[in-house]
Amino acid sequence: MDVVIVGLPLAGAIIAGLFGRTIGDRASQIVTCAFMLLAAGLSVAVFFDVAIGGNARTTELFTWINSGDFELSWALRVDTLTAVMLIVVNGVSSMVHVYSVGYMSHDKHRPRFFAYLSLFTFFMLMLVTADNFVQMFFGWEGVGLASYLLIGFWYEKPSACAAAIKAFLVNRVGDIGFALGIMGAFVLFGAVGFDQVFSAVESQKDAQFAFIGIEGHALTIICILLFVGAMGKSAQLGLHTWLPDAMEGPTPVSALIHAATMVTAGVFMLARLSPMFEYAPTALELVTYIGAGTAFFAATVGLTQTDIKRVIAYSTCSQLGYMFFALGVSAYGGAIFHLFTHAFFKALLFLGAGSVIHAMSNEQDMRNMGGIYKLIPATYGLMWIGSLALAGIWPFAGYFSKDLVLEAAYADHSAHGGFAFWLGIAAAFMTAFYSWRLLFMTFHGKPRASKEVMSHVHESPMVMMIPLIVLAVGAVFSGLLGYNYFVGDLRVEFWGEALFVLPENDTIEAAHHVPGWVPWLPFVVAVSGIGLAWLFYVAKPDLPQTFANAVRPLYLFSFNKWYFDELYDALFVRPAMALGRKLWKAGDGAIIDGFGPDGVAESTRNLAQRISALQTGYVYHYAFVMLIGVVGLVTWYFLTQAGV
Amino acid sequence: MISADLMAVLPELFLACAAIGLLMLGVFRGNSATQLVSTLSVVTLIVTFALIALPPRPETVAFGGLLTMDGFGDFMKLLVLIGSGVSIVMAQRYIQREDMNRFEFPVLMLFATLGMMAMISANDLISLYMGLELQSLSLYVVAAFRRDNLRSSEAGLKYFVLGALSSGMLLYGSSMIYGFTGTTNFDGIAQTFAASAGNDIPIGLIVGLVFLCAGLAFKVSAVPFHMWTPDVYEGAPTPVTAFFATAPKIAAMALFIRVLMEPFGGLIDQWQQIVFFVSAASMILGAFAAINQSNIKRLMAYSSIGHIGYALIGLASGTEQGISGIVIYLTIYVFMNLGTFACILCMRQKDRMVEGIDDLKGLSKTQPMMALALAIFMFSMAGIPPLAGFFGKLYIFLAAIEAQLYILAVLGVLTSVVGAFYYLRIIKLMYFDEPAESFDRPIGREMTAVLIITGVFTLLFFVAPGPVVDSAAAAAATLFPG
Repeated sequence: MDVVIVGLPLAGAIIAGLFGRTIGDRASQIVTCAFMLLAAGLSVAVFFDVAIGGNARTTELFTWINSGDFELSWALRVDTLTAVMLIVVNGVSSMVHVYSVGYMSHDKHRPRFFAYLSLFTFFMLMLVTADNFVQMFFGWEGVGLASYLLIGFWYEKPSACAAAIKAFLVNRVGDIGFALGIMGAFVLFGAVGFDQVFSAVESQKDAQFAFIGIEGHALTIICILLFVGAMGKSAQLGLHTWLPDAMEGPTPVSALIHAATMVTAGVFMLARLSPMFEYAPTALELVTYIGAGTAFFAATVGLTQTDIKRVIAYSTCSQLGYMFFALGVSAYGGAIFHLFTHAFFKALLFLGAGSVIHAMSNEQDMRNMGGIYKLIPATYGLMWIGSLALAGIWPFAGYFSKDLVLEAAYADHSAHGGFAFWLGIAAAFMTAFYSWRLLFMTFHGKPRASKEVMSHVHESPMVMMIPLIVLAVGAVFSGLLGYNYFVGDLRVEFWGEALFVLPENDTIEAAHHVPGWVPWLPFVVAVSGIGLAWLFYVAKPDLPQTFANAVRPLYLFSFNKWYFDELYDALFVRPAMALGRKLWKAGDGAIIDGFGPDGVAESTRNLAQRISALQTGYVYHYAFVMLIGVVGLVTWYFLTQAGV
Repeated sequence: MISADLMAVLPELFLACAAIGLLMLGVFRGNSATQLVSTLSVVTLIVTFALIALPPRPETVAFGGLLTMDGFGDFMKLLVLIGSGVSIVMAQRYIQREDMNRFEFPVLMLFATLGMMAMISANDLISLYMGLELQSLSLYVVAAFRRDNLRSSEAGLKYFVLGALSSGMLLYGSSMIYGFTGTTNFDGIAQTFAASAGNDIPIGLIVGLVFLCAGLAFKVSAVPFHMWTPDVYEGAPTPVTAFFATAPKIAAMALFIRVLMEPFGGLIDQWQQIVFFVSAASMILGAFAAINQSNIKRLMAYSSIGHIGYALIGLASGTEQGISGIVIYLTIYVFMNLGTFACILCMRQKDRMVEGIDDLKGLSKTQPMMALALAIFMFSMAGIPPLAGFFGKLYIFLAAIEAQLYILAVLGVLTSVVGAFYYLRIIKLMYFDEPAESFDRPIGREMTAVLIITGVFTLLFFVAPGPVVDSAAAAAATLFPG
């Protein structure tokens, strides 16, 4: 069954990708969607079998590399962690497939789109079912590739191509860290299989690495390197710049890859490697700081963005930060729980935004929307559900997971835990604010779009609405239903061997015993955020402008995304371009071409001209040359033979 | 005694008599008999070929040591006869068209061929000079055969003046050699060195050798005695150029080899330096000077200078392997050159010969078969495997490596690379450029036959290199008794 789940998307991708032209648009859509729905159905069955029934297993497929002591197999490791990811990946992916049938109905390259989507799903499944580092890396790079292809799906748009390249390059930085981490693990443990590595961690917990004079705790170094990989994929502070730009891709792609699944790969990886991170407290501390910083940073930027998708993108970035600081305080179950609920409501928000964009004739700027809630009431309602879940209002999904994450941070009773808690509270306030800012700007107030656009506003077709409703059900109930299993009383049986926490680090247990005000605080700030948004955008619509003018530097700082892009441009892009240009012009052009091919050719041509010029056509010149030749030869012999 | 001498030179004798007979025929019948004389000349050459190739010919020295008959000479004579015969065949139509329809033309070619055969068999400085002059005088005339054409007469005159200078050098060198050794006979000269065992070689003798080599280098058109070649090749009527590029080169090369290997074999340390220099200079000049040429006949002149440079590597090695390498090289060279000149002879637009390289543009579209044939010859000359030209170079370079002439071998490879440029440029023009005006058709049955035979030889040499390689080895072996 595991093999079927992983294989179906691949089969769909191959059929739609290679034979899409032959079988036509419609058949490609039917095949990929049917395969994905089947895979999603099977995933639910596997989830009950593995996670609830406690049937963790590893299916070995076949040997991949067998070279000396280095042995590697393709294998599918399905435990509770993987089963949860299967639900998330296949559930969201199948919904996105179905939704795309409607959303992409005017596109000329539908088979290619569906092939990419299915291919992405396959790679994502390879990633979450990996039982060794190398297979994980395969999936990791594969999703990167699929992401690149899908961001640049509309390759006629220069901005889409640029965004695709940016995503690829920024991820490269993280991937180098990941690859180095894998190599470090291989050096330390002599193996890349998770089972071998995890069982050897305890015996190596004090090992040291020495490299060019720098010595350090081996596990910490490896874990930090691996975390750098996770930062790239999950858009954490520093390597986040690609995610907002990735919104150039079609909206279903943003929902699937850049909200629900791929960007959470880093969270999954750290949870999967919890047995290693538990012995590297310094690395965990770093994870906490970066995660909390990202949560706060992205929330501040989200306050001022005007593109509907970018707001949600920064919101994603921020929520990923929550997951990471949960990991950092050893609340792995909490992080995965938040990942699980977030997948539903964030995909819902994205697809809802897609529905709005669809209704508004591809308009994405919220300043050109407004006053459409009566025209598309169903989408409006669904966006409310998504936003309530995101803000963490009881009884929606986000309430359970986000509160737990914040409580765990508080319960860690450490400097970094406290840092994460307070930044998380601030971010929660801002999250509520920008979510309702989005709702109010998009749906309320006076229509700011042209009459023509307004006259076309219409509710999306059923094929797009049904996935939204399915995801909305998840956004409402997943928290309530999952709480006990993921982080509640049943968590020990539920996770089994999949996650590892040292007894003294069990913050989830501690999270259940925090002071009474702690669980209330996120709720209070969320409600006040909503209230402030109402005040700003419904009650007194001219207030935002006044406020922005009053704190103009802060506003600009947020609006320009803390100047990260400009900073990187100045720090990396320009010097790299300048260096490249120098190497090209001076190194390659002047030196290699100049003295190499061009220089040789030039001197050959010169020599040829000179020699040709010798041929004057005058007989006496010719005779002279002959005599010179004879005289030269005779002289040569006189000089050499005279000495003999 | 005299009958034995006559039997030994039977092919030459037959050729001489037939040439005189054809001359008489022409004198009595006038220019209307040119076609007949021409055809009979080819028949004469075929019979001569058969007389050399078919009956067993023991190694003999005839006429009191003036001429020598051996396997090496026979092989070279066969090559010369092929070159002469095909040249006359290719010239037949040309001399009619180009107002050169005189019976003397084929007869002069026959006399030149006779002179070459005498050169190849020479075993004495006197017979050497006799053969050389018989050949040269005939060639001066055919070079200027279109005497009302300025370029043709200029070519003949230049060739004559410079040829006279080179003959003078050769004679001067011969007289010095005679002065220091007391004999003109090759065996006698060789014995002088055997007696002195290579010690105490008088410097005057070496000077004589230098002059002799200069005269011979002129005939093979090796640098720096090559200056006449481009002008004469360009100015002479094209069939004459084809003839120049093949038969006299073979004969002069054979003579060069024989003189240096047999009488002066003991002086190898001395003459090796000359050959080394001449070979290197020829390869370099042949490769570089051809790049700027726009006239295909001129280009072929530089190409032949380069090819002679490669062949001389084999002579510089002074080994049996080197000589056999030259023989193979020259065999392939004759076929490639005849084929190439057959193509050049087909370059006619509106009944006018054209000689510009640019006229070949887009030939692959207008005359694909001819373009294919020319492409084969050009690839072969550039030394691209598996064509024949590659093997020619291969055996030469192998011999050079064996003889530890690494510098020449490396230089040879490098100049081949430079040379590949202008050969490939022709292919590029034919295959990748837009067609210019197309050439006149049909090209004629005899041209088609020449193209097919030479093309197939060049293309399929690698399938069965055995016969040529074995005969070349056998021919070379006769120069190394014991």
